[in-house]
Order: sequence, then structure tokens, then C-alpha cells
Amino acid sequence: MKQLLVLCLILASCTSTIPAPSSNIDHPGKKIAFAREKGNCLACHEIEDGEFPGNIGPPLKNLPSRFKDKAALKSQIWDASRFNPETSMPPFGKNKILSEIEIDQVIDYLWALK
Amino acid sequence: MATYLRLPWDTLLRARLFIFTFGFIISPPLCATPEQDLANFRKYYQQRFPNLTLNDYSNGVYAIDKVARQSWEAIEEFPPYEAAIETGKKLFNTPFNNGKHYADCFPHKGLGIAHQYPVWNKAKGEVVTLSKAINDCRLSHNESELAYDKSEIVNLTAYLVSTARGKPIDVKIPTDDSRALAAYEQGKSFYYQRHGQLNFACATCHIQNAGKKLRAEILSASLGHTNNWPTYRLKWGEIGSLHRRFAECLTNIKAQAYHEQSPEFRNLEYFLSYLGNGVPLSGPSTRK
Repeated sequence: MKQLLVLCLILASCTSTIPAPSSNIDHPGKKIAFAREKGNCLACHEIEDGEFPGNIGPPLKNLPSRFKDKAALKSQIWDASRFNPETSMPPFGKNKILSEIEIDQVIDYLWALK
Repeated sequence: MATYLRLPWDTLLRARLFIFTFGFIISPPLCATPEQDLANFRKYYQQRFPNLTLNDYSNGVYAIDKVARQSWEAIEEFPPYEAAIETGKKLFNTPFNNGKHYADCFPHKGLGIAHQYPVWNKAKGEVVTLSKAINDCRLSHNESELAYDKSEIVNLTAYLVSTARGKPIDVKIPTDDSRALAAYEQGKSFYYQRHGQLNFACATCHIQNAGKKLRAEILSASLGHTNNWPTYRLKWGEIGSLHRRFAECLTNIKAQAYHEQSPEFRNLEYFLSYLGNGVPLSGPSTRK
């Protein structure tokens, strides 16, 4: 009985080490960011568990350390050529690749990534 | 004090040097002659890929993508474009209704000359690619033009290119007709201009980001971009032309695609082929 209890405790501790599914797994912004016909961000950027990311742009994590607020990130996604005429980043807002609502959802998802 | 001043100054200087060295190639270099463009183009890639020789560029992305190169070499052992060369040879040697041949339209009977195309045709005042030369030949012998997006003309070019394989590209921009330089310049502007909803220039991917990964694919260098055509593209499941690839690229960036052999694409080919001068012709070939 005691052994069974120990086994139960071990099993319990094991299951607790399995990482809980990321809270943003179903985030609508993640779906938009990953979808090839939408944001397709993985074409150029590494994003958490995204497979085969490109390396043209920087990894998308710790964005609050690179942008002073979400509005600044939004300007970059909206039309990166305003800040760098040689940018490789498509103007997602200006050229209506994504709607403003979709861009806001992507920002909401990306902003929390560590 | 000196060290305080030196650091930012060095950085600034380095940044300026970078812009001086690469700035002209990322954005359209104005007022440069074709010779200067070619020298800058080679210099840029030499600095980017110091281990590559000029000849290596005839293998396109496989010169820089070592992993993909292995499967490519395996495919090249039993080339899927062999049938196209054979068919092209038969077509090339079949006489027209008037008894004349394709060979009558070309110097050296059309053999071993593909590396000199596109050419500037002064009488017509336009760039003539190998495909267009084939159709012009047909028209001059009262035959109908072949559709550029069908296999017959692709097979014919596959055969002609195969007879010039290994010869360094040798495209000329004659100086006795200013329209030739204008055509080259148009091709160059097209190359550096941003296109489509995604707002990419050819240069964005193939100069600025050559060698970097776009998702799982490594972006190829533009040096040698015209060398391996026609190409059996696994994605197409058949052999196709350079202009078909141009159109595919433009569609991918959600831009207007032009017709094969349109003046826009012929001028783009003229510009790119000129910059590929010296790189051995490697077509027909295979690509992913």
C-alpha cells in the first residue's frame, strides 16, 4: 500500500513536469501569424514552436524590449518601409495583406512571447 | 577622450562603408554602366559567399545549399530533362513546309550558340531571346508561331541549350544602338523596383537576402539565375522556361505577372543574363 502511494506520488510529480499547453495555443493571432495565406510570419521570423522558420528577420520574442509599446509595433507591421526604405518586410496594413483587426490580434499574440 | 570618440566614429564609418559598398547594389544603382553593374554584382556576391568561384554560380541555389545539393545531384544522375533534349533535337531537324530548317536561321546552324542569347536585334529594335529567335525563324519560313507556354518550344530550347552547355555566358550590349542600353536599363529597373502586394523587388530576396532562409528554402543568388534554363522543376513536374519562373515568382509576391516573352520579361532576361556573363551555361537542369 505504501509502495502504491509512492508510485502514485511519483506519477503525479511526473505529470506535473509536463509543461502545460501554452495559454496562447488557440490565440487567433497565432493562427493569423502562422497561416501561409495570412501573416506567414514564419517565412522570415522564428516564432516559438513554428516549424522551419526563415531567418530574414529577427526572432519574434521579447518584443516589448524592442518596441516602446504596441502602437510602435503596429507601425512596423503596418508599413515597415516608413522606417527603413530597404526593408524586406511587406507592408501588411498599407497593402491590406491583413485587416487592422487581424494585425491587432497578431500584435496581442506576439507581445506576450518571451 | 580619444577612445570615447573613436568607437562611435568607427561604427559610423563602418556603416557608411557598408552603404557605400552595398547600398548601390540593394537599390538601383543610377548612372552605372553595364560594365560597372557587372563588376559590382560580382563583387557583392564574392563578399557574401567568399568560398564560391564564378563557375559555382551555374548551379544556382545548390552552390550554397549543401543539403539540397545532395538530392539534386542524385536526380541529375538520371536527368528528367533528357527526353526534352531528344524531342527537341528531332523537332529541330524536322524541315519546314518549304524544305528549310531551323538551322538555316542561326549562326553555326544553331549549335553551341545558346550562351550568346539574348541578343540585341538592331533591325527589329528589340531583345531577342533564344525562344523568340526560334519563333522568328518559323515566321520567316511561313510557319505559325509556337505557344511559349507549351512543350514544343521548351523542348527546342532544351536541345539548343544542351549543345552550348559549359560555355560561359556571353551576352553583349552593343554600343552602336542606344536602344539596346535602354532595354538593359528597363530590365534593371524592373529588377530593383518593388512589385505586388507583398512589395518585394527581385533584389530584396536575391541580392539583399541571398543565402538566407525563406521558411525552409534558401534564397538563391541572382548571379547565374539565367544559366540553367529550361529547367525541369519538380514542383511543376515538367520542364519549363525561365519566363515561366519569372511569372511564378511575381504571382507568389501577388504582383502582376507578364506573358512569357513579353518585352518586360525579355528585358529582364537581357539584364540578368548580361550580369551572368562568364558563368558557364548549365541548362537544361533540374530544380526543386
